[in-house]
Amino acid sequence: MSFLFLANAPVVDESVQAELSRLEICGMTLAGLGLLFFLGAAVGLFRFPDFYTRMHAAGKGDTLSSLLILLGFALITFDDFSALGWLLLLKIFGIVLFIMLTSPTSTHALMRAGFEDGIEPVTNNPKRKKKGGAKKK
Amino acid sequence: MTTEEFTVCAGVALFVLMLPALYRVAVGPTSFDRLVAVNVIGTKTAVLLVIIGVLFNRVEMFVDFALTYALLNFVGSLAVARFLNRTKPMPEEKTSRGSSRKKGAKAS
Repeated sequence: MSFLFLANAPVVDESVQAELSRLEICGMTLAGLGLLFFLGAAVGLFRFPDFYTRMHAAGKGDTLSSLLILLGFALITFDDFSALGWLLLLKIFGIVLFIMLTSPTSTHALMRAGFEDGIEPVTNNPKRKKKGGAKKK
Repeated sequence: MTTEEFTVCAGVALFVLMLPALYRVAVGPTSFDRLVAVNVIGTKTAVLLVIIGVLFNRVEMFVDFALTYALLNFVGSLAVARFLNRTKPMPEEKTSRGSSRKKGAKAS
């Protein structure tokens, strides 16, 4: 039985696979940084005492971590400089631009809706506590 | 660490970090807390779709899914925010069509 020619093929691949390109290292760094920011957003969303503070953590951390992770994986997938690779990079940049525009917008809309709905922030000021929310009827 | 291992680890970490947001969806005191957490989860799902595409070597297909998901998430979040805002009665809305929101805020 001579199936050795099948066993020969992966050996060459393993020796080639060993090292990472510089672009992949940059992408991994960006994606790891984005995961770190998303850890901050998740902890803030879990532990903060108030609607507004939770919104603060969620809005900022979510936007920045999405941007960083998407840019990192755009750099990881951008191996060959072909036309398809450039198109892929352009599409991922489109998603990044879209998230950069829409995430603060939806954060603003939700915050405004919550404020007009009369959600009170946590304060130490007793006068503010007595006066109540923004539009309470 | 190869690129594939890093991609799997990033996807799993992203999924595990979505769980506090899911907790906030479950026990959030107001409905806006739940809405913020749903918005965060939706944005992260768009990112997770790109990661799944990198794993399967079909990024050119999954990027379109991610773009569509981000767009629908934005539109849905805005729609629910407007809906929860309009549940209270606003009498000035019927008569004046122009800057009715500002007038309503000032009058009450």
